[in-house]
Amino acid sequence: MPIDWIWGLIGGLLIGTGGAVYLLGNGRIMGASGIIGGLVDGSGHDTKWERLVFLAGVFLLPIVLMPFYREVDPHITSNWWVLIAAGLLVGVGTRIANGCTSGHGVCGMSRLSLRGFAATIVYILAGGVGVVVFRHLLGVI
Amino acid sequence: MLRLSLAFLAGGLFGAGLFVSGMTDTTKVQGWLDVFGNWDPTLAFVMGGAMIPMALAWLARRRRTTALTGTPLPPPPSTRIDGKLILGSVMFGIGWGLAGLCPGPSIAALSYGGAGLYVFVAAMLTGMALAPLLRSRLDRPVPAE
Repeated sequence: MPIDWIWGLIGGLLIGTGGAVYLLGNGRIMGASGIIGGLVDGSGHDTKWERLVFLAGVFLLPIVLMPFYREVDPHITSNWWVLIAAGLLVGVGTRIANGCTSGHGVCGMSRLSLRGFAATIVYILAGGVGVVVFRHLLGVI
Repeated sequence: MLRLSLAFLAGGLFGAGLFVSGMTDTTKVQGWLDVFGNWDPTLAFVMGGAMIPMALAWLARRRRTTALTGTPLPPPPSTRIDGKLILGSVMFGIGWGLAGLCPGPSIAALSYGGAGLYVFVAAMLTGMALAPLLRSRLDRPVPAE
């Protein structure tokens, strides 16, 4: 639906503006996996309040916007084994690669970072192959 | 205080953007990855839209050495493409495709994603806690035979 693209573009502009504020305001690269991961493994201990407050904003704004929407369903699979496997892969993978969709994708590619492009191409290809294998060949998702 | 206010503003814009763009809906993410199914191009518009203000911020970064709060701005990116970047991105991509979730949207949808999302986030946090172990193994040079 064309309306989805427009909302995608508007949402993207908001995400990028958030990244711009975090860079020029706080001097940080807005990468969700790095912000969360630094809290988990202790590497971001010195900046923990900045990280927690950022995540509070990510968590709270959808709650504020929710009343303006009739129905919001993230369609999370009911297969907990899939969720556990996926969560572990996302957690380990983003920390080994040092970035995810926001850090390597939005922030990396917009500064023409070679690593950002390489990571983004690899995770999109891996995700595409994953969906083909697990949905069309195995029928798990 | 300014630092925390700006962090909240940045996080709020990120969360609002993920929400209105539909990127917290796993079917839209899997729809983008599923080129053999009912392909959904929305993610490309989100990524493209997000890169516009971000690219402008990187341009503005050139004329400054410190951020508004006095923190030094990040150095130019490394150009080293190593095994960790590739292996980690392969793992992340497969997990992203499996559940249709990546770290940002998993937090943005936490208030309305149901029990399944808590399971995903718990597994993701566990993975992040385990990552340093695997990383140190990958860093160790392979002993010569």
